[in-house]
Amino acid sequence: MPWADAVFSLLAHGAAWLTLALLAGIIGSLIVGAAPAIREYGLSFLWTSDWDPVQNKYGGLVMIYGTLMTSLIALVIAVPVSFGIALFLTELSPAWLKRPLGTAIELLAAVPSIVYGMWGLLVFGPLLARFVQTPLQSLLGGVPVLGGLVTGPPVGIGLLSAGIILAIMVIPFIAAVMRDVFEVTPPMLKESAYGLGSTTWEVVSKVVLPYTKTGVVGAIMLGLGRALGETMAVTFVIGNQNQLSSLSLFEPANSITSALANEFAEAGAGLHQASLIYLGLVLFFITFVVLALSKLLLVRLRRGEGTRG
Amino acid sequence: MSGALAPHLDAQANATRVRRAAQRRRTNAIALALSLAAMAFGVFWLVWILVETVRLGVGGLTLQLFTEMTPPPQAETGGLANAIFGSLTMVGLATLIGTPIGVFAGIYLAEYGQRTKLGAATRFINDILLAAPSIVIGLFIYAVVVARMNTFSGYAGILALALIVIPIVIRTTENMLTLIPNALREAAYALGTPKWRVIMTITLKAAMAGVITGVLLAVARIAGETAPLLFTALSNQFWSSDLGRPMASLPVTIFKFALSPYENWQQLAWAGVFLITVGVLLLNIVARLLVRDRI
Repeated sequence: MPWADAVFSLLAHGAAWLTLALLAGIIGSLIVGAAPAIREYGLSFLWTSDWDPVQNKYGGLVMIYGTLMTSLIALVIAVPVSFGIALFLTELSPAWLKRPLGTAIELLAAVPSIVYGMWGLLVFGPLLARFVQTPLQSLLGGVPVLGGLVTGPPVGIGLLSAGIILAIMVIPFIAAVMRDVFEVTPPMLKESAYGLGSTTWEVVSKVVLPYTKTGVVGAIMLGLGRALGETMAVTFVIGNQNQLSSLSLFEPANSITSALANEFAEAGAGLHQASLIYLGLVLFFITFVVLALSKLLLVRLRRGEGTRG
Repeated sequence: MSGALAPHLDAQANATRVRRAAQRRRTNAIALALSLAAMAFGVFWLVWILVETVRLGVGGLTLQLFTEMTPPPQAETGGLANAIFGSLTMVGLATLIGTPIGVFAGIYLAEYGQRTKLGAATRFINDILLAAPSIVIGLFIYAVVVARMNTFSGYAGILALALIVIPIVIRTTENMLTLIPNALREAAYALGTPKWRVIMTITLKAAMAGVITGVLLAVARIAGETAPLLFTALSNQFWSSDLGRPMASLPVTIFKFALSPYENWQQLAWAGVFLITVGVLLLNIVARLLVRDRI
């Protein structure tokens, strides 16, 4: 069958080209869909904050701020915790616990986000309101800057809740990758440091971390990408209100993904729908930049490691 | 040593050394305690979520859940039969469409285009597709399918899910194929085997467990996906096997029911969440066992 080779090669090449076409299609269709809004508002869409379907006026600042802020809160919580987990799994854990705990973390990365969202809204939110938000308000109420972050009704919905749920969601992702990269550190390097009398912490902070920083950055970027694009976990708890009048982390707010999830199916064709697609385009662009940055950073770090040798 | 010359200096140095060592040990103890706390912190949330899912979900597990349609608000009975059927249909067909494309693209990357421009571009773009927010995939399918057909439909939902399957399968297929030693390929070529047979009967066969793992992981991933279905398949309150019409799915039904104020809807949502969690975890465990046996 001389033609079989040609057909097979054609199929393989075709599938690769199809992947390229998919990305081009996604970007193209988003730009076409968003075109009316881009023509109407241009880039000022990014820093205008009115979102009013009744008057047909749209600006994306509230959602963009919500997306960035919740992801920031998530990373602030998740990065140190994940680092601690990875450290525990690679250096501290007794051998018999390593496997079950590692598998548990990996399995939890697979739990669908809608589970986190529903749990966040119905179980975690009310507890957060009672045991964290109310005490924080009475504590920081009068303080100038910090006080502004905690105003609003303590109902367990808003940027803070969304950020915390996102953190819980991305911890397994970041921790699993960090553990994997920590494990590639050559045992010789670690044993040499231990042999010189280093403590475990010194080995991790001065040998393992410098050796694996590329992978650690990659792990954090992976987590950031997940947090930015996450829809369900955020939509349940962020409150879906287009306000930016107060910077409080307790006020209901909105994010790009939850605006899309809530409004898109009902939005009539026209400027409303185009503005939502514009938001989707912005989100796609942000995740693209995060990914490209992490790749660039990794290449540069790798180059630096070579010369320092 | 110098101790004989200046005993007081030696004592001083010794004291400094002891103090330093104590300080280092203290730093170490604090760091390790924090690490332990982080592990406990992580496990605590995750155990809490699972326990709560089981506690609130098990109560709703009845036979009706699998035989009756989604009920109107505040009805006495009702189940999730149409949503379960819709999910199984869409996930199954999406996997059937996405897997061959993903496997062939993975074969291209590992066997044809290791060093070509197209290979590098595909690899980079695959990374972008893997990281792309799933709701953006939904927007894309809305624009090219739903807006053209003028109706939300099961077909649109299937295509959206298939687009999520493809990059996952590409990544695992490529990784697994590159693990196959080149000596195997060379031995086959030396016998005069054409390339397609080398791939089909030797490399792909040797990498089969890994490829199946990738497919299972992809199925687990799309089984819980809500965002890309919201404005492609939408939802349907009734039994529908017509792929040209809106179709119910477990995640979207859970989303709708969980946010409602109705008691019976919320209960069904918890039962649905329990089903999805158990299904996804089982798929992951099976996938893991498959690879472990081979290595």
